[in-house]
Amino acid sequence: MKFELTEEQIGIKNAVKEFCDKEFKTEIALELDKKEEFPMELYKKAAKLGFTSMFFPHEYGGQGYGLLETCLVIEELCRADSSLGVAVSSGNFGSELILVHGNKEQKEKYLPPICRGDFISAAAFTEPNVSGSDITRMETTATKYGNEWWINGTKTFITNATIADFMVVLTQTDTKIRPTYRGETLFVVDKGTHGLETTKLHNKMGIRCSVTGEVRFDNVKVTDWNIVGELNRGFYYSMEFFDKTRVGVAAQAVGMAQGAWEIAFKYSKQREAFGQPIIQHEAIGCMLSELATKIEAARLLTYKAAWLIDAGKMDPMATAMAKQYASRVAMETTDFAIQTLGGYGYLGEYRVERYHRDAKITEIYEGTSEIQKLTVLKYLLRKF
Amino acid sequence: MDVIVCVKQVPETAEAELKIDASGKKIEKTGLVFDINEWDDYALEEAVRIKEKFGGTVTAITVGPEDSDSTLRKCLARGADKAIRLTDPKFEGSDAFATAKILHSVIKTMHFDLILTGAQAGDDGSAVVGPVLAELLGVPHAAMVKKIELGEGKAVVNRELEGGLEERLEVKLPALFAVQTGINEPRYVSIMGIRKAMQKEIKVMRLSDTGLNESEVGESGSWLKIEKLYVPPVEKQAEFLQGSPDEIATKIVEILKSRGLI
Ligand SMILES: Cc1cc2nc3c(=O)[nH]c(=O)nc-3n(C[C@H](O)[C@H](O)[C@H](O)COP(=O)(O)OP(=O)(O)OC[C@H]3O[C@@H](n4cnc5c(N)ncnc54)[C@H](O)[C@@H]3O)c2cc1C
Repeated sequence: MKFELTEEQIGIKNAVKEFCDKEFKTEIALELDKKEEFPMELYKKAAKLGFTSMFFPHEYGGQGYGLLETCLVIEELCRADSSLGVAVSSGNFGSELILVHGNKEQKEKYLPPICRGDFISAAAFTEPNVSGSDITRMETTATKYGNEWWINGTKTFITNATIADFMVVLTQTDTKIRPTYRGETLFVVDKGTHGLETTKLHNKMGIRCSVTGEVRFDNVKVTDWNIVGELNRGFYYSMEFFDKTRVGVAAQAVGMAQGAWEIAFKYSKQREAFGQPIIQHEAIGCMLSELATKIEAARLLTYKAAWLIDAGKMDPMATAMAKQYASRVAMETTDFAIQTLGGYGYLGEYRVERYHRDAKITEIYEGTSEIQKLTVLKYLLRKF
Repeated sequence: MDVIVCVKQVPETAEAELKIDASGKKIEKTGLVFDINEWDDYALEEAVRIKEKFGGTVTAITVGPEDSDSTLRKCLARGADKAIRLTDPKFEGSDAFATAKILHSVIKTMHFDLILTGAQAGDDGSAVVGPVLAELLGVPHAAMVKKIELGEGKAVVNRELEGGLEERLEVKLPALFAVQTGINEPRYVSIMGIRKAMQKEIKVMRLSDTGLNESEVGESGSWLKIEKLYVPPVEKQAEFLQGSPDEIATKIVEILKSRGLI
C-alpha cells in the first residue's frame, strides 16, 4: 500500500497551482459569478497547458493520464477558486462518452478540438418532468424515419448548454420495451443543428461561472452516424459514465473544501479577539483541525475511487462513498469558513460565501447524496 | 547556442513565518515550501527562448540537496534538455565562493556559449555566485541583465542600474549573464512538459566527480561563515508632521527627496 503521490503527480499538482495562483484572480471570479458567464479565456489557457485533457489519449491531443491525475487537476483548480475551477474543469463534460463509446470518426471529429480547448461539450440526461435521479425512462425520444432519427423533447439543467459545440443526449429510442432503460440511446448532436434550441437558466445559487441551460429538441434530425456506441445501450453507458465522473465531482468538493479551509486557517491566525488570535480559541481552532481531518479523509476516499478505476477495478461503492462524503465535507468546511471570518465571511470579497454557494452543487449533480447513499447500501447488502 | 543555467531551490518566504533553528545559524525548514529561486526562473525562461530561436541545448545545473530534483524537473518541464545536480554532504555550508567553485568544476568540462544565472537568490541574497563563476571560468559577465540580444560571437545586453537607468553593453561570447526579474514572462509548466521531463535524466554528481577536494568546498572552502542569524529588532521611529495639508505635503516631498526615494 502506498499513500504517496509520485514525483510526476506532485509536478502536475504544482503546475496547476502555479497557473491558478497567477490566473485565477478573485476579481474575475466575482465578476463572472455576478454576470453568470463562463471563463472562456481561462478555459482556453488551461487547455493549452493540458489541464483539461488529462485522461484523453495522446492520439487525440490529450495527455494520456488516468482519472487520479485528472482529479488532482480538478482539485487544484477548485481549491484556487471554486467557481472558476468548476467551470474550467467542466468545459469538456460529456466528451468521455465519445472517448469510451464513440466510433473512430466521432473521436476524430470531436476529441482533438476538445483537447485543444477549441470546443466545449455537454451531456444531457436530466429532463424537467422526469426525476433527474431516475434516468431509467426518458421523455425525450428519437424516432427513426427512413435514414433519419428525429429527436424530440426537452432537457434541463444542462451544463454548458448554450456554449457547447456539441452535446451527447440520452433519448428513448424504444418506447415499448420493458424495463424502459433497455430502450435508451445516446446521440451526439452538433451545435446549430436545425431544431436544437438552448436557453440559459439564471439565478443559480452557485457555480454561476458554469453555464447551465435548457435544451429543446424540436424535430432535430440526425442519422445513425450520430449514435454513440450501440443502439439501446445508452442507459448502461450513462451509468458507467457517472461512476467515473462522480469521482471528479468528489475532487471538486475536496478542492473547494481545501481552498475555503486555507482561507479560514490563515484568517484565524491573524484575526484577534479577546487578546489572542481566534485560532487560539478552541471553538475555532479545534473545529479547523477537525475539518482538516475530514478533508484529508475525503481526499483519500476520492483518490482511492480514482485509483480503483485507473487500475481497472471500478467500484461504484467507492465512487459513491467518495462523492457523498467529500460533498458533505465541502458543505461543512465552507460553512465554517464563513463562520471563522465572521461578518467578513458574509461578504463576497472574502470569497468563502461563494465557496459555500458553489459547494452545494456537489451534493446535487451527477447523483444526489441520497442516491449515493442508496448505492453504498446496495453494495453493502450485496457484500454482507 | 548551448546555454547553461545555474538554478537554486529556495524556500518561499513571502508569506511564510520564518523561524531560526536551534543552531542559530539556519532557518527552520519544516513547514516551508521550496521552489525554484525567482530570478533563476527568469534565467531558465530566457535560456529556453534562446534555444527556441537559435537551436542548441539548455542544461540546468544546481548545487543542492536531493529534493532539488523538483526544481530541476521543473526546468526540464519548461524546456531544459539536461539537468545536473551536485549533491554531497561535504558541500553543506558552502558560501557563494565555494558554490561557484563547485559549479565551475563541472561547467569547465562542458561546452557552452552562454551561462545564465539569476541576479541573486531569494534566500541568502548574496548576488555573487554568477560573477565569481564567470571569473573562475575566465569569461566576461554582466549582472542585473534585463535584456539580451544575441549576435555573431557577441551579445548586447541591457543592465539595470539604480534610479531607473539602464546600461547597454556589448559582450564577447562565451559569457555569463546574471539575470534580473522581469526580463521575460516565464511560461507555465504544461502537462506535456511534465511528461517529457519525467523521461529526461537528472545526472547526479558528488564531490568525487568534481575533482575538488574537501577543503575547497563546504565551510572549509568558504570565505564567509555565518555567525548568527537573527530577526532585526523592530525600530519605532515615527515622525509626526504638522501643519496644513500643503505644508505637510511639501515636507513629505522634502524627506523623500533627501533620502533619494524620489
Ligand atoms: C448546476 C447544475 C448543473 C447540472 N448539470 C447537468 C448536466 O450537465 N447534465 C444533466 O443531465 N443534468 C445536469 N444537472 C441535473 C442534476 O443531475 C439533477 O438535478 C440531479 O440529478 C437531481 O435530479 P432532480 O433535480 O430532478 O431531483 P430529483 O431527482 O427530483 O430529486 C429531488 C430530491 O429527491 C431525492 N430523491 C430522489 N430519489 C430518491 C430516492 N430514491 N431516495 C431518496 N431520495 C431520493 C433527491 O436526492 C433529491 O433530494 C445539473 C443540475 C444543476 C443544478
